Amino acid sequence: MDMILQPWPWYVSGPLIALIMLTLIYFGKTFGMSSNLRTLCSIAGAGRYADFFKFDWKSQRWNLTVVLGAIIGGFITVTFLSDGSLMDLNPETVTDLQDLGFADAGRTILPPELYSWEAILTFKNLLILVIAGLLVGFGTRYAGGCTSGHAITGLSHLQLPSLIAVVGFFIGGLVMTHFLFPLIFK
Amino acid sequence: MRFIKFLLVGIVFGIVLVKSEAVSWYRIFEMFKFQSFHMYGIIFSAVLLGILFIRIFKRYRVKAANGHEIHFQDKDRSFYRYLFGGIIFGLGWALAGACPGPMYILLGTGVFTMLIVIVSALMGTFLYGVLKDRLPH
Repeated sequence: MDMILQPWPWYVSGPLIALIMLTLIYFGKTFGMSSNLRTLCSIAGAGRYADFFKFDWKSQRWNLTVVLGAIIGGFITVTFLSDGSLMDLNPETVTDLQDLGFADAGRTILPPELYSWEAILTFKNLLILVIAGLLVGFGTRYAGGCTSGHAITGLSHLQLPSLIAVVGFFIGGLVMTHFLFPLIFK
Repeated sequence: MRFIKFLLVGIVFGIVLVKSEAVSWYRIFEMFKFQSFHMYGIIFSAVLLGILFIRIFKRYRVKAANGHEIHFQDKDRSFYRYLFGGIIFGLGWALAGACPGPMYILLGTGVFTMLIVIVSALMGTFLYGVLKDRLPH
């Protein structure tokens, strides 16, 4: 039981993620989380503004069900399957984050400096979350997939487009982390 | 009832991503700083097993649960959309510390401020849908 309650190592988690993808393929579907954003836009009536959202969203109900499950899974894990162990981050990461103004890195899943209610009451932090969301939502649809669709599924299918997208993910992520974080957070 | 299996897949997905800490903003930062193998190990082992099993599926013509052939669809050939879209996504991924899967999962862990990111991501997707025809693909 201790092994379940403690954080899972990569060699357990990675294969389980592959298993999730393969299970969805076996069910005749595919593993892609960002498609749900398009589906939700369609449900909200975005089809009136762009043809991109005119499709039979009911055919995607299975994927929305996966999302619902994922939310429940998140709840189950923090409620029943965690022993509150700290994250085993690289000490260098912790120091780097301190320099950027993030204290206690790894004590919670997400930094309270960005995601606590107090944090979002400041205009700057609210703007950071809004811009981050816009970039993710816009970029993932432009690229035709996110981490699950391209990095896991696409690469597993040896798709060159997915490799290009993943290289793009890393260019963007590296620029943000190395060049923009010092400007944003210092 | 036929949706139960997808609900279960989602629940397992949520549990695995929280237990692996892949939903953590800190882990994403650490990954982009190349200061830990953890995230790379997760991605590489998932992809390696994925490649292996998809080869096996194809080789032995494994049928889907409903008896149909499994259809492996190739992604559209293109360059700019994957590179530009990928870079934009990457910027957001590092800043939010979450990609679309973890966004939903984190909501379940009780981080309700994540709704701001989710609603913004919906706006971003909407914006793409409106501007789609004017972008290089």
